[in-house]
Amino acid sequence: MGAVTAAVTLSVAATGCGAAPAEGAGSKAGKATSAADFGGMDKLVKAAKKEGELNVYALAPTWANYGEMIRAFEKKYGIEVNNEDPGGSSQGALNAAAKRKGQDRAVDALDLGTAFMQAAKSKKLLAPYKVKGWKDIPAAQKQPDGSFMNNYGGYISIGCDAKDVKECPESFKDLLDPKYKGKVALNGNPNESSSAFSAVIAASLANGGGFDDVKPGLDFFKKLKKNGNYVPVESTKATIQKGETPISIDWDYLNLGYGEELKSKGVDWKVSVPEDGQYSQFYNQGVNKYAPHPAAARLWVEFLYSPEGQNIWLKGFSRPALLEEMEKDGSADKKAAAKLPEVSGTPKFPSAAQEAKAQKAISEGWGAAVS
Amino acid sequence: MTMTKTTRAPGTVPGEAPREAPREVPRKAPRRVPRWPAVVPFFAFMALCFGVPAGTMAYNAFTVIDPDSGASEYSLHNVTTSLSGQYATGLAGSVKLSLLTAVLATALGAVIAQAVVNSRNSALRKAVVSASGVFANFSGAPLAFAFIATLGTTGTVTRLLELQRAGFSLYTFTGLVLAYLYFMVPLMVVTVLPALDGLRGQWREAAASCGATRAQFWRHVGLPVLMPSLLGGAVLMFGTAFASHATAAVMTGSSVPLITIQIANALSGNVLVGQENLALAMSLNMVVIALLVIAVQIPLRRRSERWLG
Repeated sequence: MGAVTAAVTLSVAATGCGAAPAEGAGSKAGKATSAADFGGMDKLVKAAKKEGELNVYALAPTWANYGEMIRAFEKKYGIEVNNEDPGGSSQGALNAAAKRKGQDRAVDALDLGTAFMQAAKSKKLLAPYKVKGWKDIPAAQKQPDGSFMNNYGGYISIGCDAKDVKECPESFKDLLDPKYKGKVALNGNPNESSSAFSAVIAASLANGGGFDDVKPGLDFFKKLKKNGNYVPVESTKATIQKGETPISIDWDYLNLGYGEELKSKGVDWKVSVPEDGQYSQFYNQGVNKYAPHPAAARLWVEFLYSPEGQNIWLKGFSRPALLEEMEKDGSADKKAAAKLPEVSGTPKFPSAAQEAKAQKAISEGWGAAVS
Repeated sequence: MTMTKTTRAPGTVPGEAPREAPREVPRKAPRRVPRWPAVVPFFAFMALCFGVPAGTMAYNAFTVIDPDSGASEYSLHNVTTSLSGQYATGLAGSVKLSLLTAVLATALGAVIAQAVVNSRNSALRKAVVSASGVFANFSGAPLAFAFIATLGTTGTVTRLLELQRAGFSLYTFTGLVLAYLYFMVPLMVVTVLPALDGLRGQWREAAASCGATRAQFWRHVGLPVLMPSLLGGAVLMFGTAFASHATAAVMTGSSVPLITIQIANALSGNVLVGQENLALAMSLNMVVIALLVIAVQIPLRRRSERWLG
C-alpha cells in the first residue's frame, strides 16, 4: 500500500514538472463566462474540438444515464472523454481538481453534490460559467455568480419488491409496520452515501424534524432498527435481485433504473416517493478554474444543459434542472417524463450551514442509532 | 587428547611456533569492507515508500485547515476528536473484532494445519495448501456478497437450517466474525504449516520414551517450540483483521462501528466534506495500535526464543 502511494506521488510530481498544459486557466477560453465570450456557440465548439479531450471524474456509466450522456457527447463533437475512476466518490473528484492545479491530468468539469461544490467554491476552484439556459434554472437551484448550478436530481423514494412484499409501503410511517421485519435497507451508510444521508433528512421531515433538526430522522431509524425492520446490508441491484433487500430507500432515479433493469429478471420493483418525507437533492455542474481543456469543459456543461442533454437525464429517470421550462416549451421528452413519480409542491433545500450541521449530527448519532 | 588439536588456532601446527600475525592481515582484509551499503537500497525504499507517507500522515493529522480561509494551523483538534465519541467507539470496536478473530483464527488455523501434517497424506496436503491460498485471498466485497447470499436473511443456508428462528443474523458483530474467519483461518494455515513441519517426530518419540503423555508433550515441547511462529501468526491475523474494510462496509455498513469504515467515510465519501485530516488522525491511531501489538509481541517472542536456545 505504502509503495503504491509513493509511486503515485512520484508520478504526480513527475508530470507536474514536465507537462505544463498549453492552454489553461490564463487563456481566453479559461476566462470565458458564457458562450458569447467565445464569439458564439460555433466558436466554442471549434475551440473545444481543437482541444480534443475532456477530463471528468467519477461519472459512473450506470448512474443516472451517464453512460449514454458521455457517448452522445463524444459522438456529437468528436471529443474524447477521459472518465477517471468511474466508481469514485465526490471527495475523489474534488481532490482531482484541488491537488492537480496546473497539470493536464486535472479534471475539467465537476459533477458534485451541493456540499462538495460549496467546498470547491470556497477553495476557489470554480470558474463561473453561465450556460445558454441559465435564466430558466430556478433561482434556488443556482449560484448567483454562476460558479455552479443544479443539473439533475431526484427525490428520496421507497423501492419495493412487489412479489415479496404483498403491500408496498408508501410513507416513512408505513415502514415501521412489523410486517416489514428484516426488509428495509439503505443503499449505504449516511456518513458515506449521499442518498442514505438524504434518507435520514427525509425521515426527519416525516417525523416533525426539519433541516435544522435531523434528530427525529435518527430516532426513526433507531426505531426501525429496534423493531427489526432495518437491514444494515448495503442495497445494490444484486441484493435487490437476490431478495435480500426487498425494500430499499434510495433516489427515485436509481430505484426506477433498477426496476427497468430487473424487469427481465422477474423482479417487480415498485417505486414511490413518500408523501410524509418528500426531499430532493440535485447534483451540480461546475467548471474547474484550472481546467486543462477549458473550452471542452464549457462545451460539456453547455451540452448537459441543452435539451438533448437534459432529455438524456430524463430518460435515466432523473429530473433535469430545466424540466419545468422544457415542459412549457414542449422540448421535454413526454414519454420519459411520464414515468417519473408524482410529487407536489416546489422542492426545498437546506442551506450550506444547515447541511453542515446535519452532517455533524448524523455522523455523531448514526452509529449509536443503528448499533 | 585430541582436544588440543581441535582447539588450536587456525594456521598453526602443534609443536610449531605460531606464525606471525602480519601474514594473516591480507587474508582477513576483504572481510573488513563495510557491509552496510548492501542495505542502503532497502532503507532508501523504506524511507521513500513508508517513511514519506507516514510522515505526511502524522504532519497532516496535527494540522487543522479552516474551510473558509484555507489557512492551516497546528492543533491537537483532529487527534482529540478521533479519540472521542463515535470515533473512540469505532476504534474500540475494531480492536475488539481484531483481537477476537486473531485468537480464533490462530487457534483454528494451527489445529487444522496440524491435522494436515499429521495425516501424512500428500494429496490432502496439496489440496489444503492450494485451497487455503485461494480462500485467504477471497475477501472484500465479493466475500461479503457470498455471505449475504448464503447466510443473509433470505440466504440459502439460513432458510435451509431455519437459522433465523434460532436468532441468527449475519448483520451483527457475530456475522462479521464469521466472515473474517473465512479468509483468516486459511491464511493462518498457510502461515503456520512450515513451522509445524519443523516439529520433528523424534522429539515426540523421545518424549514418549521418557514417559510423557501426549498432553505433556504439547505442553512442554510442542507449544514452546511453536510459540514464536504462533505469535507471529497471531500478529499477522490481528493486522489483517484490523485493516479489513470492504467486507464490513458491504455487510454491516456502520451498524457495527469500525475505524476503517469511519476513515473511508471521512476520506473518500460522498457526504462528509473537509474531514481528510481527521481521517489521517484516525489512521495515526491505527498505526499506534499496530505498533503496540508488535511491541507486546516482541518480548513474548524473545522469551520463547530464549527458551528454545
